[in-house]
Amino acid sequence: MINRRDFLKLSAIGGGAVFLPGLVGRANAAAAAYDDFYFVQLSDSHWGYEGPANPEAAHTLEKAVATVNALEKQPDFIMFTGDLTHTTDDPEERRQRLSAFKKIVSALKVKDVHFIPGEHDASLDKGAAFQEMFGKTHYTFDHKGVHFITLDNVSDPGASLGDEQLAWLAADLAAQPKDARIVVFTHRPLFDLVPKWDWATRDGAKAIKLLLSHPNVTVFYGHIHQENHHYTEHIAHHSAKSLIFPLPAPGSQDKRTPLPWDPALPFKGLGFREVEAEAKPVAYQITEFPVVRA
Amino acid sequence: MTLSQKRIGARLLIGVAAIGLLGLGLTHSMAGQERVVKVVAQRFSYFPSEILLKTGEPVRLEITSTDFLHGFKVPDLDIRADLPPGQVTVLHLTPAKAGIYDFLCDNFCGLGHEEMNGRIVVKD
Repeated sequence: MINRRDFLKLSAIGGGAVFLPGLVGRANAAAAAYDDFYFVQLSDSHWGYEGPANPEAAHTLEKAVATVNALEKQPDFIMFTGDLTHTTDDPEERRQRLSAFKKIVSALKVKDVHFIPGEHDASLDKGAAFQEMFGKTHYTFDHKGVHFITLDNVSDPGASLGDEQLAWLAADLAAQPKDARIVVFTHRPLFDLVPKWDWATRDGAKAIKLLLSHPNVTVFYGHIHQENHHYTEHIAHHSAKSLIFPLPAPGSQDKRTPLPWDPALPFKGLGFREVEAEAKPVAYQITEFPVVRA
Repeated sequence: MTLSQKRIGARLLIGVAAIGLLGLGLTHSMAGQERVVKVVAQRFSYFPSEILLKTGEPVRLEITSTDFLHGFKVPDLDIRADLPPGQVTVLHLTPAKAGIYDFLCDNFCGLGHEEMNGRIVVKD
C-alpha cells in the first residue's frame, strides 16, 4: 500500500506526470467491475479575453483542441471545468462567446464532452446563458465503474452551492455504495485555498463533509489557473492549469494578477491534463500537457 | 503583503439599515460611542481602499454600494456581509491586534471583480 504522504512521484511522461494514488482501496465488487480508462480535463479557456497576459488568446483554445486531437490514444471523454468564456456584462455578447467556444471545441475528435460553468460564464446571469447552450450546471454520469459528480459553485455570484444542491448531493451519495469510486468536478476549490483571493466556496465545507462519507473520492477543479494538490482528510483535490494565463502561486503575493506573458516562451504555464483512472490500486495518474507540444 | 496569522478578536455585529427604518435611532446611539468610517463600494473598487484603525478602538463601518450586491469580506477577521445597493450596511468591530487585514468583494460582480479589494491597517 502506498503511503499517502508519498503521493507525489514525478515521472517523465509527456509534460510531466504526477502519480496520485489518492484513493488506495481494497479489491471488492466495485473494483471488479472497474476498467482502466483515461479522460482529459481542460479548464479556464476564457474565450473572449483580450489583454497583455495572452496576446495569442484568439488562438490558444484552437491550439489546445489540436493538441488533444493529436494524442496518440484518444480519451474516453473530455471535461471542461469552467470559465469557458471571459465575463461580459452584455447578455448577447455572453451568448456569442459561449457559441464561439462551443464551435471551436466541436472540432474535438472525442464527442463525449462534458461542461460545467465558471463564474465568468454564469455568475452574472445565474447560469441562464450557459444552460441554454450546455444544459444543466450540476449533474452526474457514470463511466466504467466510476461515478462522476459535477457541482456548480458559480451560478450563485456568492460562490455558494446552496442548500438545494447540497441536498441533491447528499441524496446522490446516499444512493452510491460505500466503496463507490467517486470523482467530483467543480470550478472553484471546495476548500478554503486562499479566501482573500476568493479562491474558495462559501459553503464548500458542507459539500466536503458529505463527500467524506465515502472513502474513494477525488476532486478535480479549475479557477486558480495552475496545478495544485491538496487533501482534506482522505479526499484529494487537484486543480488544473488554464488555457489563457497562469496566476501566481496561492497567496504568494498581494494581488492575484496574471503572470506576464513571456514572448520567449509563449503559452508557458498553460496546458491541460490527462487523468488515467486505474483499477488496482485505485488511483488517478495525472499527466500534464502544454498547449502546444514540440 | 503577509498577514498576521493570528485572528483578531473582533466584536462584530452586522446590521443592514435602510434609511428611514425604525432601527436607525439605535444605530445612531451606538455611533456616539464609535468612530464612524464610511466606505463606498462601486464596481470595481472600494473608497477608501485602505482603512486605518487603532487597536481597541470601537469602529462603526458604514458601507454603501452604489451599483451591485457586492460583498465585503475580511477573511482574517471572520467578517463578511452582502452590500445591497442603495442601502447602508453597518458593521461594528473593535480590532484587538495590530496588522494588515485584506478585504475583498466576494460576490462576483463582473470584469474587474478580481481587482475589487482593499485592506484594513490596524496600528497600536
